[in-house]
Amino acid sequence: MTFTANHLWLIPTLPLLAAGLGALAPSKDRRLAAGSAIVAMAISFVLACLALQSALQAPATHAVANFAWFDLGASPMRLGFLLDPLTAFMCVMVTFVGLLIFIFSLGYMQADANFKQFFCFLSLFAAAMLGVLVANSLLLLFICWELVGLASYLLIGFWFHKPSAAAAAKKAFITTRIGDLGLLLGLLWLYDATGSLLFYDGGQGVLENTALAALAGQTLGGGLALSTAIGLLIFCGAIGKSGQFPLHVWLPDAMEGPTPVSALIHAATMVAAGVFLVARVYPLMQIDAALAAVPVHALTVVAFIGAITALLGAFIACGQNDIKRVLAFSTVSQLGYMMLALGVGSWTAAIFHLLTHAFFKALLFLGAGSVIHAAHHEQDIRLLGGLRPKMKITFATFAIGMMALSGVPFLFSGFWSKEAILHAAHAWDVSHLPLYAGLAAVVLTAFYMTRLVAETFLGQPRSAAAEHAHENSAVMTIPLILLALGAIGLGFLGTPAWPWLQARLSGTELHSSLHHLMEGSGLMLLSIGLVGVGLGLGWWLYGRRLRTTAEARDPLVVTAPQVMAALANRLGFDELYAATVGRLNHFTATLAQGIDRWVLGGLVNFLAQLGVFSGTVNRQLDEDGLNGGFDQISASVRGSGQRYAQAQTGEAHGYLRVMAVAFIVLALVLVLGGAR
Amino acid sequence: MTPLHLCLLISSGLFCIGLTGALARSNTILVLLGIELMLNAANLNFIAFWRFGPAPSPANGMIFVLFAIAVAAAEAAVGLALIIAVYRHQKNIRLQEANTLRG
Repeated sequence: MTFTANHLWLIPTLPLLAAGLGALAPSKDRRLAAGSAIVAMAISFVLACLALQSALQAPATHAVANFAWFDLGASPMRLGFLLDPLTAFMCVMVTFVGLLIFIFSLGYMQADANFKQFFCFLSLFAAAMLGVLVANSLLLLFICWELVGLASYLLIGFWFHKPSAAAAAKKAFITTRIGDLGLLLGLLWLYDATGSLLFYDGGQGVLENTALAALAGQTLGGGLALSTAIGLLIFCGAIGKSGQFPLHVWLPDAMEGPTPVSALIHAATMVAAGVFLVARVYPLMQIDAALAAVPVHALTVVAFIGAITALLGAFIACGQNDIKRVLAFSTVSQLGYMMLALGVGSWTAAIFHLLTHAFFKALLFLGAGSVIHAAHHEQDIRLLGGLRPKMKITFATFAIGMMALSGVPFLFSGFWSKEAILHAAHAWDVSHLPLYAGLAAVVLTAFYMTRLVAETFLGQPRSAAAEHAHENSAVMTIPLILLALGAIGLGFLGTPAWPWLQARLSGTELHSSLHHLMEGSGLMLLSIGLVGVGLGLGWWLYGRRLRTTAEARDPLVVTAPQVMAALANRLGFDELYAATVGRLNHFTATLAQGIDRWVLGGLVNFLAQLGVFSGTVNRQLDEDGLNGGFDQISASVRGSGQRYAQAQTGEAHGYLRVMAVAFIVLALVLVLGGAR
Repeated sequence: MTPLHLCLLISSGLFCIGLTGALARSNTILVLLGIELMLNAANLNFIAFWRFGPAPSPANGMIFVLFAIAVAAAEAAVGLALIIAVYRHQKNIRLQEANTLRG
C-alpha cells in the first residue's frame, strides 16, 4: 500500500485520540496516558516517514485530498489535506522531535501530581501542530492554529498555582491573538476575493496561477496590490506565533511552563508554525515581486521584520541570567533568521534552518531541562556552575547544541543552514541591511552561547543545588544523545556542495558539485571569522576568569552597567506596552465603567429617586387618608406574599430543579396527550 | 433506526448529561458547563431536524445554530464575568452559598 494524501489525516488524528484517551483515563493511571501519547506519536512518526517517502517520489507536485465540510446554500465549504515535500519534512521533524520530548518528559515530570494531564495536553499540542502541517485549506490551518494556541496556553500555565505561570499563559494567549486577528482578516479577505480557501485544488486553489494573477492584478488605495495586503495580514499571524518583533514579548515569558514544553514550543511546534505558514503561502507572498509599481513588496516587510528580530533577540540574550531565558531569546533571534530567509526569497533555506534549529534547540532546551532537574529547579546561571564533571552526557550534548547554534564550521548543522541564509541575504538585490544584521547576530550568538556554557558548566558549583547535582537517568539522556546526532548529521543534507534538501523541497533538479562550495567562500570565511570573534570574546570575558561566587559581578556589567541593565530588562518592551496598550485598555475600561456608573447609573438613580418621591407623596396621602380599611387587606396580602416568598429560596439549584421537573412533566403531557 | 433517530438519541443523551451536571455540581463553572452542554444538545436537534427533516431548506437550521452559538459565546462571557463577581463577593464560587436573594 502506498501512502497518499488520502491517508494524511491519520498523522494528526492519532495524537488527538491519545489526547482524548488521556483525558478520559483516571488520574492515577499514569502509564495509560503517557503510553498512549508515546505510542501514538511513534506511529505518527512512522506514517510521516511513509509520507516523506511518497512525497519524495514526485517532489514538484502537490497531492491533495479535498472534501466538502458542509454545504451552505449553493457553495460547499471545502477542506483538504495536502502532501508535498514541505509538509512531509515538517511532519517527520515534528513527530520525531516530539517523540523524543515525550520520552524525556517521562523522566522530567515523574514527580508531578498532574502527570496525566501533562501528557494529554502534550498530545493535543502535537495533534494541533500536525493538523497545521497537513492542512490544504487556510480555514483548516486556522482551526488547528488556534488549537495550537489553546494547547500552548494550557501548557505554559501548567503550573497554574504559580501566579507568574498563570500570567505568562495569559500573556502568550493574548499576544498571539493580536496576530491571529490579522490572520483571520486575511483569511476572510482572501475568501472574499477568490471564493476559495483551498491552497491547491487542480487549478482552482488560492495558491495556483489563476487566483494569484487575479490577486496581484487588483490594486487598492495607494497602489498596494491586493495580494500584498492579504499576504501581510497573514504574516501578522506568523509574527504573533513565531515571536517576531514587535510581538516577541510573550516568548520569553512562556519559559514559565515545564521545560519539555519550552522545548516543544520553541523547537518543534508553535514557533515553527509561523515560519511554516509563510512558507506555505509563499506563492501568494511572492507574486507581487514581479510588480514594479507597488509601494512595498510583502517579502520586503518580512525580511526587515526578520532582520530586526534576529538582531534584537541576540542582543537581549546577552543580558539574561536565567538559563531558559537566554535560550528563549536565542529562539527569537533564530526565528528572525528564518523570517529573513523567507523575506529575501529563499524559503528553502528558511525551512532548512527551521529543521536544523528544531533539533539543536530541542537539544539545548532538554539539556537545560536536564540541568534544572538535576539542580532542583535552580535556573539562574550565576548559581549553577561546575556541572561538567557531574553531568558528562548532558554537558557533551549541550556543547554540541551550543556549537550548532553558534554556527561552528563544517561539522555542525547550524553552520550550514545559517550559511544558506546568509548567502540568500547576500544575493538579495533590494538591500544589504538584513545581511549586516544577520552577520552581527552571528557574533552575538556565538558570544552569548559561550557565556551560557562557561557559566553553567565550568568553574565551581556556586550553590548547594549545583553542588549536589548528578546525571539523570537514561530516559532523559537518550533523547539528548539522539538529538545531538541530529544536530550534527542534519547539516549535511543541505550543504552547498550537495543541496539535497533544498532541491527536494522546491522540486528542482539536484546539482551537486564541490564547485558550489567554492563560489561563496568569501562570505563563508567572513562568517567563520565572525563566529571565531564571538567565541573568542565569550572565552576572553567569561572563560578565562571563571566566576567564583554567585555575587561576583558580570564583566560586562562592570564595563557597561546601563546597557546591561537595559538588556536584562529586555530593553523595556514590556514596560512600553504596559504604558501604551495597557494604559489605553485601562483608560477605555475606566471610561466604560464611568459611563456605566455615572451616566446610566445616574439615570437609573434619578428614576428611582423620582419613584421614591412619588412614593413619599403617596404615603403621606395614604397615611392621612385611606389608611384604615386597607390595613386588613394588606395584612392578608402580606400573609400570602410571605408564603410565596418561601419558594424564593435564592438557591439557583432549586430553581433549576423545578424547571427540570416542569420540563419533564410538560414533555410527558405532550407525549401522552398525543401531540406531535 | 433512521439517522434522525440516532441524532435525537445522541442529543437527548447530551441533554441529560448536561442537566445532571448542572443539577449535581456545586461549582458554578461546572454548572455553566452543564448548561452549555444542554444548549448544544438543542443545537444538535436544530441541525438534525434541518438535515433529515421533511423539507430541507437551504440553510435554516445552520443559520439558527450559528446564531445560537454566537449567543452562547456572549452568554459564556457574561456568565464567567458573573462568576468572577460572585467570587470577589463571597471568596468562593459555590452556587449554594450565592443565595442572598432569598425571600
